[in-house]
Amino acid sequence: MAELIDGSQATLSNDEILRYSRHLIMLEVTLEGQKKLKAARVLCVGTGGLGSPLALYLAAAGVGTLGLVDFDVVDYTNLQRQVLHYTSDVGRLKLDSAIDKLTAINPFVEIRRFDTYLNSQNALEILSGFDIIADGTDNFATRYLVNDACVLSGKPNVYASIFRFEGQASIFATEAGPCYRCLYPEPPPPGLVPSCAEGGVLGVLPGLLGVIQATEVIKLILGVGEPLIGRLLLVDALAMRFRELRVRKNQECPVCGANPTVKELIDYNQFCGIRGEESGVSTSTKVPEILPEELKRRLDVQEDIFVLDVREPHEYQIVNIKGHLIPLGDLPTRIHELDSSREIVVHCKSGARSAKAVDFLRKSGFKHASSLTGGILAWADRVDPSLPKY
Amino acid sequence: MSVKVLIPTPLRPYAGKQSVIEVTAQTVGEALNDLVTKHPDLRKHLFSEDGKLRSFVNVYLNDEDVRYLSKDATPVKETDTIIIVPSVAGGR
Repeated sequence: MAELIDGSQATLSNDEILRYSRHLIMLEVTLEGQKKLKAARVLCVGTGGLGSPLALYLAAAGVGTLGLVDFDVVDYTNLQRQVLHYTSDVGRLKLDSAIDKLTAINPFVEIRRFDTYLNSQNALEILSGFDIIADGTDNFATRYLVNDACVLSGKPNVYASIFRFEGQASIFATEAGPCYRCLYPEPPPPGLVPSCAEGGVLGVLPGLLGVIQATEVIKLILGVGEPLIGRLLLVDALAMRFRELRVRKNQECPVCGANPTVKELIDYNQFCGIRGEESGVSTSTKVPEILPEELKRRLDVQEDIFVLDVREPHEYQIVNIKGHLIPLGDLPTRIHELDSSREIVVHCKSGARSAKAVDFLRKSGFKHASSLTGGILAWADRVDPSLPKY
Repeated sequence: MSVKVLIPTPLRPYAGKQSVIEVTAQTVGEALNDLVTKHPDLRKHLFSEDGKLRSFVNVYLNDEDVRYLSKDATPVKETDTIIIVPSVAGGR
């Protein structure tokens, strides 16, 4: 493989030489390799679960220029895994928080900030200032966008993704290797694959996978070892088992194949079916809804309303409003527990599952079923702020 | 013969929460068929309505993608492992 980074023009100060001494004495790095690290420009898309360990280690290792793309604000649910951000950062822009930490770890790193969504209009322009792209995003539309932008600009895409306690990692879009679309030609239809916000994620898992990404980025810069090209690494943290699968370049790939049909960036929201990252109400299921304030008012005047909670028992344990618990998946077999003549208000965490439940109930003859808008989270926000949110 | 199928986390809720399922088959296609017969909820996650394997789900026989072997007709041996690898996008 041709050398990706030319470090011959980079210089290291005495302070930097001392800082990187454990690198410099390794034959796989040496002064020459450290100069390549300094000359390298790496773009981290996302500064969340994967982006946190990734950016921290790349900064510590002495990557000279780090680009960060994020538009998000730190919230409490991030802190369980996004180790770039501290409790005191809640409410701040992730970019501001990230830059503070990265600069504190290594003031010799030049950081370029992109306070934006990566989209089809800005992606190629943003990528143009970098040598390697590391994808730490959290939705299919951006995954395909990053992949296609990498293929079109001829830049490697160091990839990882996570779900619950499993992760996948690979390097896509190198000259000889496969791209993300060679592995997965099309995204799943909206709603079929749950997001981390719906399925949860073990806090250390993005740590594991983000560090694997950082390792691969550094190997690409140094030009050493065996990069994770043409191989998909599967990590199962629960079994602590690492498995490796072969990924071939698909000659019929629409973006990197012999006769590509995708020659410029497309509308990725349309390609993936528009879908929020969080578990918002599915746009496909339109059902009658009731606002939390309205439900509260009617319950307070003793109206006969049956509250049905379709979350899982472990969620009920965290917080509940004393609804009758039947998890969505059990509803078809336990529907006999419900009285179709009564008014039923169904709720879940944020409204998606209850919409499906109401849709199912109405098709089963329950004419008086409605879904609580925004779920128990909205109830906690608007009716009873003493309740915990999760 | 009996072959192991590894079920990835996102699909375990549709497979009785199991991570490994033993099926009886001579080919990869038969193995997947036996799998969705035992766990019908898996069917819509693995196959589209016209019965084709979904394009965001990859099936591997050991470490090789069956698209580059003989697809459904790929023969399986007792020691083989079939791995289902769906795309996941999480990262934050």
